[in-house]
Amino acid sequence: MATIDTHQPALGKDDKSVPLWKRYHHGHHWRTADDEFDAAKIGIWLFLSTEILLFSGMFCAYTLFRLMYPEAIAAGSSYLDWRWGGLNTVVLLISSFTMANAIRCVQLDKQSWARINLIITWLCAALFLAIKLTFEYGPKWAQGKRPGVLFNYPFASETHEPIWWGIYYVSTGIHATHVIGGMALIALLIYRQAKGSYGPSHYTLMEGVGLYWHIVDLVWIFLFPLLYLVH
Amino acid sequence: MTTVDRSHDHLGGHAGHHDEGSYLTPKYGPIATVWDWMTTVDHKKIGVMYLFAVLFMFFLGGVAALVLRTELLEPTRIVDGQVTGAALRPFVTGEVTPTSVGQLYNRVMTMHGAIMVFMFIVPGIPASLGNFFLPLMLGAKDVAFPRLNLASWYIYVFGSMFGVFSILQGGVDTGWTFYTPYSTTTAGQPQVIAMVLAAFILGFSSIFTGLNFIVTTHKLRAPGMGWFDMPLFIWAVYSTSIIQVLATPVIGITLLLLVFERVLQIGIFDPGLGGDPVLFQHFFWFYSHPVVYVMILPAMGIISDVLAVHCRKRLFGYRAIAFSSLAIAAISFLVWGHHMFTSQGELAAMIFSFLTFFVAIPTAVKVFNWIASLYKGSITFTTPMLYVFAFLFLFSIGGLTGLPLGTLSTDLHLHDSYFVVAHFHYVMFGGTVIAFLAGLHHWWPKMFGRMYNERGAQIGCLLVFVGFNVTFFTQFFLGTQGMPRRYASYVDEFHMLHMISTYGSYVLGLGFLVHLAVFVHSLFLGEKAPQNPWGGLTLEWETETPPIEHNFHEEPVVTHGPYDFDEVVPPGWDPKDYPLPAPAPAGSKH
Repeated sequence: MATIDTHQPALGKDDKSVPLWKRYHHGHHWRTADDEFDAAKIGIWLFLSTEILLFSGMFCAYTLFRLMYPEAIAAGSSYLDWRWGGLNTVVLLISSFTMANAIRCVQLDKQSWARINLIITWLCAALFLAIKLTFEYGPKWAQGKRPGVLFNYPFASETHEPIWWGIYYVSTGIHATHVIGGMALIALLIYRQAKGSYGPSHYTLMEGVGLYWHIVDLVWIFLFPLLYLVH
Repeated sequence: MTTVDRSHDHLGGHAGHHDEGSYLTPKYGPIATVWDWMTTVDHKKIGVMYLFAVLFMFFLGGVAALVLRTELLEPTRIVDGQVTGAALRPFVTGEVTPTSVGQLYNRVMTMHGAIMVFMFIVPGIPASLGNFFLPLMLGAKDVAFPRLNLASWYIYVFGSMFGVFSILQGGVDTGWTFYTPYSTTTAGQPQVIAMVLAAFILGFSSIFTGLNFIVTTHKLRAPGMGWFDMPLFIWAVYSTSIIQVLATPVIGITLLLLVFERVLQIGIFDPGLGGDPVLFQHFFWFYSHPVVYVMILPAMGIISDVLAVHCRKRLFGYRAIAFSSLAIAAISFLVWGHHMFTSQGELAAMIFSFLTFFVAIPTAVKVFNWIASLYKGSITFTTPMLYVFAFLFLFSIGGLTGLPLGTLSTDLHLHDSYFVVAHFHYVMFGGTVIAFLAGLHHWWPKMFGRMYNERGAQIGCLLVFVGFNVTFFTQFFLGTQGMPRRYASYVDEFHMLHMISTYGSYVLGLGFLVHLAVFVHSLFLGEKAPQNPWGGLTLEWETETPPIEHNFHEEPVVTHGPYDFDEVVPPGWDPKDYPLPAPAPAGSKH
């Protein structure tokens, strides 16, 4: 936040030669742009705490059923291929890095680099979903490894395997929903950044989406070992 | 459009603060005015829209309650397969079967509970009075995120529509707690899912409001207002917001899992499939216990502020009251297990019982401080103050009857009986609704610029107080004698007490009709309210009545505490003498 320069002269709203971010004026109920930025950041962090609590319910359910039916969880987990999960982890980590890079580039007013980084972030998110659908959800669904009533995998070794698939699909499904939401937000950033909305003195939304994207990444960092690696 | 343009077009610039009118004055034609309200980001308009929305839901839930009480006028008896004495019969179209009355009762009971909890009492005070007065009391122009605020209202309406849709489809008979496995197996797939999704969606609105208020309190206090210069209503709403933000996501995932359980039978909560129904109870109460403090904390905030103003007295123990709000918020997360004493181990039950007593301490701190504040105050018996007295009386009964329910040995006798129903209503109605009425009368002149008829409101207050006690005090006796909750029929021994309770509920309903008449009369014929009718020292009284669109002509500078009546108010003053000579606006950054 220290990088915000509040001493920018207030420029005319209609002067098209000046980039949009220099023409940005903070909301009228704020005293300074700094206050507005800080408030947005507190808001984002509070929102992220709700995200963590949302996923904590799934982690709680996972722990309980691991204790209740360790064999079923182990059997279910053995169907997952750690290589696809690992690849997806790498993909998300790269996207987190490029997201952070994009924000730094905007702070330094390197707009083309910011754009490239944002686009890579978006592509990584799409790649994550593509891998998830093509190599994980798709084949497993086709084999009958489905949640609840839809489960009809004939070679199940444990009676409670459907519960495992319930936990697997719900937790990764909610995570994937967050990835889709993130893609929409990053697409919005790409569009606005191309119009010149963000620069050293104004990048609030980028900062917020960036933090959100890191949390989505972080949740996967916990889901990956719990679902794929621990047997 | 980009953010840049929008923030200007919708919020207006710096110009024009000095000649603008009240926020209620329509600036356009009728249709454009409606559009202006529907797209407004003004926290005052959103507060008023919330007020009418929650009061409408209160009306729906109240009608359901009266239907329930009417059914309970007489014990339903089933003789030779025929229902006798069922007062609900006129409501049942077609054939009355022995089961239909009971089923209808369960549905109306769930409708009452779900509407009152999720659509009235949780958003009630913070979203309406809080939205309107939090920024005003802080000396701010708006909440931190005005568009998020409007979004929360639309999400509230959208979520409520799911609930109403569920009711129109025939309703849900699960009770507002949606306990599994009943809620995942009972008939009525679309209704159950719609009602659960309604609660899920309403959670978002609750989170957004809470998040907004926390940031507003941190970042938008007027110059000179430190944390301990804030009115206690703000402290209470702030503590409430913390609970809203931290507890609501847990009910979010719980209800989502419930929907998946219902649709896909994933087996997490259904013991028939290997799931754990007690896990649902843990998840549910991890949210739903803290949320009873979401319901009561803002009410306590209202009591602090109204009591101080109407006895013209500095509140005793300001910091104790402020910190007790935070303490209640913190402890509220540790006591959920007392809703499940019989479904968990003995050690866990003992720990939760102990923690439950712990939460009584900050609550008692508040009550003692309020009573101490009355000493040597100049008490005026206006309607808000009468409601404060009603609150102190009813809430104390509600709080003290919580102790036998928190004690393991007595709870085994009393749990799931009418004693619980009575305790809950003494806290929620006798606490929250009574305080809501205190706040509504206290701030009504500021919100709408009109005084209400004092005599009429006092009559309404009396009817509500008497009606409430007749309705619910009898239920303590019913509970100790063994009347279980949620039953449509009962043995003849309970007939008299049930009758008294039902007649009490009619008096209560009449009291609300009187209040409605007083408010409608005030809106159209009420005399114009002065800027500061009660002589309050908090910032909302320093602006015009009703407030101008941007709240204050100049950014206010806080030079005295919210309850410094002794220092600020000259001896022998009258509320009509307000505004006080304004303190020098040194340091105003506006």
